[in-house]
Amino acid sequence: MTTLTTLRPDLQLIADWVAPASRVLDLGCGEGELLAWLQQHKQVNGYGVDFDVNNVVSCVKAGVNAIQGDLEAGLAEFEDQRFEHVVLSQTIQAMQHTEEILLEMLRVGREAIVTFPNFGYWQNRWQIMQGHMPVSDDMPYQWYNTPNIHWCMLGDFENLCAKNHIRVLERVVMAHGRRVSFLPNLRGSLAFYRVGRG
Amino acid sequence: MSNLSSSVGIVTPQHADFATPLPLNSGHVLASYRLTFETYGTLNAARSNGILICHALSGHHHVAGRYSADDKAAGWWDNMVGPGKPIDTNRFFVVGVNNLGGCHGSSGPSSIDPDCGQPWGSRFPVVTVPDWVTAQARLADRLGIDRWAAVIGGSLGGMQALQWSIDYPERIAHALVIASAPKLSAQNIAFNDVARQAIITDPDFLGGDFYAHGTIPRRGLRLARMLGHITYLSDDGMGEKFGRMLRSGEYQFGYDVEFEIESYLRYQGDKFSDYFDANTYLLMTKALDYFDPAKDYGGDLVAALKKATASFLVASFTSDWRFSPERSRETVKALIAAGKRVCYGEIESVHGHDAFLMTDQPYVDLMQAYLDRVAAEVNA
Repeated sequence: MTTLTTLRPDLQLIADWVAPASRVLDLGCGEGELLAWLQQHKQVNGYGVDFDVNNVVSCVKAGVNAIQGDLEAGLAEFEDQRFEHVVLSQTIQAMQHTEEILLEMLRVGREAIVTFPNFGYWQNRWQIMQGHMPVSDDMPYQWYNTPNIHWCMLGDFENLCAKNHIRVLERVVMAHGRRVSFLPNLRGSLAFYRVGRG
Repeated sequence: MSNLSSSVGIVTPQHADFATPLPLNSGHVLASYRLTFETYGTLNAARSNGILICHALSGHHHVAGRYSADDKAAGWWDNMVGPGKPIDTNRFFVVGVNNLGGCHGSSGPSSIDPDCGQPWGSRFPVVTVPDWVTAQARLADRLGIDRWAAVIGGSLGGMQALQWSIDYPERIAHALVIASAPKLSAQNIAFNDVARQAIITDPDFLGGDFYAHGTIPRRGLRLARMLGHITYLSDDGMGEKFGRMLRSGEYQFGYDVEFEIESYLRYQGDKFSDYFDANTYLLMTKALDYFDPAKDYGGDLVAALKKATASFLVASFTSDWRFSPERSRETVKALIAAGKRVCYGEIESVHGHDAFLMTDQPYVDLMQAYLDRVAAEVNA
């Protein structure tokens, strides 16, 4: 098992929100980078969920507990309030059951961390004004092959939370790996939310 | 990369005789018994690299290798166990054992009851998965293995791996539970009972004491195996392999073998009835039916697994309808609720229940990755 020293900036921000020695569920965990880092640096106890068996194999190699499963089917494998943190990183925009997964996350966990590309980012708006669907580093697909079917901007996500009586505990917006606080819905390309019922 | 063609070479079975009585779940006591087993690889100085392979319904101790240079068939899991393979005999000391009640050298209905010098037959007590695990633990004692690096099994073998984690938490570091279930469904039990009825109602069965009469309930055993075989394959896999192919190309309007699938099943049934013991078949299916580790905990599998300290790999196969992925997910769900370390892979395969004996690439990759982890922990 190799020791991970640096994380991708967006994963580092998520990692900073995770309490040491907490129980973490990482949905759409990919190759398990976030959990491997959290296990080594914050002694968390975690599980990852991923649809792709090859990602499960990569997680096993990284020493991460991974459960192969389809998030669209919900989180039936996990009992209520089992985790302190449930993470859904840059995946919610690609899901059919957007609202359902958000509710499931807060059923199995105390807090949810949700990140997504902000459709309201000025470069996206600019491309639309030029007559094209946006393509960028955070959204590297053409309209005909994108897995991303549920685009939203900051306010849209916050409205969905409000509708379900979910409280936004913290919000960070980033562009090019740096935090954006002035005009975030225009200047930010990636949104990070920490939400909960509390 | 694993090398699926290398072999452990020529192997020889060994026997261990036990004189300490074994109390069974049924209340019976087996005064003495023999276990037949094979080993591959070398036990390290710390005795920490032992892996136990538990067999399924019709399996045995001959897991890998061949008995002679011209032996046509290798052990039943030769594609997974050997030098450079996922269960790597260069790193691990691998033990295969024929379970009690078996018909491949361990004490069972077809072996001689030392008390009377006759085959046990119908007098051999019904044994259960926990009984097997107890007997396997005594074999581990005999081999000087305090703690297995892993206990691995598919189907009924996976049930033994799960039972090990509950009954001997301190003696098992990893349990690999493949194509298995935490207990049988009514449908599973129903299939088993049809198989048993085929055997028991065969006139040559003679209440289980056919040995003395020189008969074999071949027809019953054959039917049981044919039925079993259907449930081990998937509809798609069967369709792909046989479809509606006819042996002669056209309908014969009779009841002889016409479709290739009929020919295949009859061949499998005949082959099986030549070497497998009818009483062992009954006993193994009963062990399956009775398996339910949650039963002692008010039906609560989470409670049953609480004291387990092992890490788990659970794997299932998409086209397996005998022990479907849903059944494996029940185990996974309970393990997570009990706070255990667990990985779960749901392998895309057309091979049905038999997939656990095949080499679909993601399955081999998952086993390889997990066993690398096991090896790293014991410095194997």
